[in-house]
Amino acid sequence: MNGLTLDIFLLAMMTAAAVWTVMRGSLLRAVIALALTSIALTAVMFRLKAPIAAVFELSVCAGLITVVFMSTIALTKPLTHKETLDYTKTRMKRFWLLPVIMALLGSALLYFTIPMDFNLAAPLETAKNFRNILWEERQFDLIGQILVILAGIFGVVVLFKERSKDEPQD
Amino acid sequence: MSWTLVVVPIIAVILLNLPFGEGYRKLAFPAGIFLAVLQSALVLLPIENMFPYGACPLSPFVFLSPDALGLLMILSVGIVVFSALLVGWRMTDKTSRKSDFANLIILAMAGMNGVILSGDLFSLYVFLEIVAVSSFILIAMDKNREALEGSFKYIMLSAVATILILSSISVFLMLTGSTSFSAAAAALKQGNHAAVLASGLFIIGLLIKGGIAPFHGWLPDAYTSAPAGVSIFLAGIVTKTTGIYTIIKLVSYVTGYTGPVKEILLFFGAVSALLGAFAALDQKNFKRMLAYSSISQMGYVIMGLGAGNPLGVMGAAFHLFNHAIFKTQLFVNSAAVEQETGTLNMDRLGGLSDKMPVTGATSVVALLSTAGVPPLSGFWSKLLVIVALWVAGYKIYALIAVFAGVVTLAYLLSMQRRVFFGNISASFSNIKEAGVSFTLPAVLLSTITIAAGVFFPYVFEKLIIPVQALLGLL
Repeated sequence: MNGLTLDIFLLAMMTAAAVWTVMRGSLLRAVIALALTSIALTAVMFRLKAPIAAVFELSVCAGLITVVFMSTIALTKPLTHKETLDYTKTRMKRFWLLPVIMALLGSALLYFTIPMDFNLAAPLETAKNFRNILWEERQFDLIGQILVILAGIFGVVVLFKERSKDEPQD
Repeated sequence: MSWTLVVVPIIAVILLNLPFGEGYRKLAFPAGIFLAVLQSALVLLPIENMFPYGACPLSPFVFLSPDALGLLMILSVGIVVFSALLVGWRMTDKTSRKSDFANLIILAMAGMNGVILSGDLFSLYVFLEIVAVSSFILIAMDKNREALEGSFKYIMLSAVATILILSSISVFLMLTGSTSFSAAAAALKQGNHAAVLASGLFIIGLLIKGGIAPFHGWLPDAYTSAPAGVSIFLAGIVTKTTGIYTIIKLVSYVTGYTGPVKEILLFFGAVSALLGAFAALDQKNFKRMLAYSSISQMGYVIMGLGAGNPLGVMGAAFHLFNHAIFKTQLFVNSAAVEQETGTLNMDRLGGLSDKMPVTGATSVVALLSTAGVPPLSGFWSKLLVIVALWVAGYKIYALIAVFAGVVTLAYLLSMQRRVFFGNISASFSNIKEAGVSFTLPAVLLSTITIAAGVFFPYVFEKLIIPVQALLGLL
């Protein structure tokens, strides 16, 4: 298998897994499909010579996030048999337009080719040491990261905290 | 020192959440108010060398000092956060929720300051996301069906915007090896097609974030379903900073006011101004009508920018500031009405002016300013935009702006009649003026609207004329 075939295979697998994630009725299977998407993306990142991004993708997205999702699903109540049947019947209806849109977009892209004169000869910063870039040039973004984490913590507290019994229900 | 605008709120949030009990956590509210007032004061009473160029000790590469428009935005952020906190604190029921609300507003404020101060496409994206994440949570705070739906719609459309923005940044990174504004601008100057495509993607992503028609699908639901304090915050400043201000910044620092950029801005601005105004005519819910009104008014800002001349850019900047003030005011009024009557359905309201004189009177000031009636601030900014369009030769767009202004007056007068004038319904005969948490920001914002209009020459010279420097950056 040459490089191009491998790339096409990986991209196809990633797309298929991503579509499967969205289309699955079962949350658990959707999570597995999402993990598969992440694994395919990890392989793509390795192929694109971005090993650090790939490791992050594998450990955080495919690993940690899957575990968090699984734990959350373990706390939910499954649908009854009747609800599942009703859901399965109507579920696919909302997706019928998707292949039509994709086909239209695909043919549009074929006919209106955009001139893509990419010039990659520029001195890429990624050639520099990853650690130096992160700590010496992108500190402002690290402040941003702290903010995102704080916002995430508040998100969990505000949206997922059980109401304690002594607090009035709204 | 400008970096303190981002770092101090972070430190404040960390300190405010140390485990010292519920009583301690209540400090989040006064701390938020203090930070908001301090931020506004720093702009209005400029301390020498407070915001020198590239003064951030952390990262001189990506940290600009705010330009004239940035200063105006920092001032607006302070004023709107002050109003949103006062109203939101009063309308949130439980102490723990109150402090979560205040903390999230402080975090979003730091995010917006970051957006205003960043001089790098990637940093800009990081801070846009902080504001977005805080906003998703704030909208969903009530955890009822409408709030979750509004938040979900915002997340989905924001995700689309994020994909467009990130794709654009990656193309610029591939082309130039950097994500700074200047590198992106240099790539565009060389006429590279990929760079043109990338800037187009970025602008469309920002149009989604700014709720400009036809990318406005999320905005009415998000504004309407969010708790009152959050609606004030979103409508007053969030969409303006993350969408509209960022477009002005991108056009000024990266793309330049070139022909195609102006055409795109004029087209979407005009569509937004008209569509928002006509949609607002047909609304029964007070907040929903104000949401469509925001879409329409932001159309003016984008059209002013599209004129691409000094008058247009100054008009856009001034209208952005004015709208932050008077739309916050109208949302504060709607919160007062909701607090006292328990409804926002304008067909059920009426005659509230007698019972709520301050809310009714300040609402008249805000609506006349929104509709562009002299001598209020909205008149001057709309005049600047319309004259700029006419002078630049975009006469059709100037006429569209005038026409949308007439429709604006129609729907806002209809709102005033349905909510505040006429006979009061028997079920509301016992209501009284809302508390000081509502009347204080209402009076303050009205005063700013009147003062910015009456003392227009002074405001124009001190705050608005420096904004035209944005035209000469490239």
